[in-house]
Amino acid sequence: MGLFVTVKLNPERCQDGCQACLDVCPVNIFKLEGGKVKVVAENEDECTFCELCLERCKNKSVEIIKNY
Amino acid sequence: MRLYEYEGKILAQKVGIPIPAGKMVDSPEAAREVARDLKGEVVIKAQILLGGRGKAGGVKFARDPEEAERLTREMLAGKIRDRKVEKVLVEKKLEIIEEMYLGITIDEIKKRMILLAGRTGGVEVEAIAQKPGAGFARFHVDPFIGVPGFRAKELAKHLGAADKGLGALSNIVSRLYGLTQKFDASVAEINPLVKTKNGSYLAADCRVEIDDDALFRQKELESFGIFPREERGREPTELERKGAEIDRVDHRGVAGRVVEFEGDTGLIIGGGGASLTVFDAILKYGGKPANYCEIGGNPTVKKVQLLTELILSKPGVKRLAVITNVLSNTRVDLVARGVIKGMLNRGIDPKKFPVVFRVPGAWEDEGFKILNKYGIKYFERAHTMDEAAKYVVEMGKS
Ligand code: SF4
Ligand code: SF4
Repeated sequence: MGLFVTVKLNPERCQDGCQACLDVCPVNIFKLEGGKVKVVAENEDECTFCELCLERCKNKSVEIIKNY
Repeated sequence: MRLYEYEGKILAQKVGIPIPAGKMVDSPEAAREVARDLKGEVVIKAQILLGGRGKAGGVKFARDPEEAERLTREMLAGKIRDRKVEKVLVEKKLEIIEEMYLGITIDEIKKRMILLAGRTGGVEVEAIAQKPGAGFARFHVDPFIGVPGFRAKELAKHLGAADKGLGALSNIVSRLYGLTQKFDASVAEINPLVKTKNGSYLAADCRVEIDDDALFRQKELESFGIFPREERGREPTELERKGAEIDRVDHRGVAGRVVEFEGDTGLIIGGGGASLTVFDAILKYGGKPANYCEIGGNPTVKKVQLLTELILSKPGVKRLAVITNVLSNTRVDLVARGVIKGMLNRGIDPKKFPVVFRVPGAWEDEGFKILNKYGIKYFERAHTMDEAAKYVVEMGKS
């Protein structure tokens, strides 16, 4: 969880690790770890709310939360 | 970018302007070797990016290699005009019978390059050239025509050349102009241009400035060992060095270019003219800027955070002003995130520490929400930078 932004992945929905979010995110919020897509905690505050990940995730697994 | 004398001479040589035999060295031992190879008396010239070095002891003559070594050791150990000397140029001593001036620069009013040729060269030529009747010939160069042969000859004649010397000197005039065109130089100056006992003309000193905006296409310079650098008139401080490192953390946006001052007011500013207005305002109300810096072009939150931490780490900084002009297109919310994270990382409570924001720009409503949450005072775009500066200085006083 970042100070200003929290990016969450719903593990139930993100089954296939298609990496679409990882590909589109301009600020490297996502990473691949053991074949699964994870959130890079120290980068969460870089999120620009571009919503590309929301648009591209066909499973509606990504959630972006403002902490202010 | 101003070049060192030895670098300028490399370029002069590339375009065919005769220069004295010699070599740049960075150790006393190497100076001795060069002096031995040159045979006879040599001159040791400190390589600094300032004029007036002769008077300051930056030019010395050595009779033999041992003396060349000793003088180089002394020069490299000391400072000339407050600059550390890291390199010296060792050259064969010339038998000079005449000293002249030849220079090209940009005439900002006529928007053309101007060639200046004077019968007197050497120190303080700038002051002499201003005086009426100083004997300086001027020629504005038409960029579509360049310097025609007859013009070069006229200038050479003005410099007192005759017979065989006329051809040699007019070649130097044309080639110096050629140098500015080939290497995008905004200044190319040979001072003094000397005539030696045997009648040849040489560039005894050479000053060249390359247009910074053209450096990207002057890749050839690197093959001569001339690399882009930033010149600020003195060695960068620790804080400034760290600022440059922060800017290199990520290629996105600018958050760096720090210049350190003795002051109590840390500044996160956009750089340029508006920032100088902020300086004036801070001073007017009794604060003292602790630094200059530049943020813009949407740097990452991390970069802003690190820059904030750096500025707040400076001893004596008791307030922070985040102020930019209304034209800023950098996202306010991202800057706010970075500044707040930087403060918190240094254990500073944004609610208690004197900090003011006046950053009109993209996403400012989001930025205001963040600032509100952390109890930070901000000014909207209807308020001037001056008001914000006054507020923060007074905050830091109580
Ligand atoms: S909204 Fe944009 S910046 Fe934020 S996580 Fe998604 S893709 Fe990355
Ligand atoms: S785009 Fe969606 S489903 Fe694909 S890896 Fe990212 S979160 Fe998982």
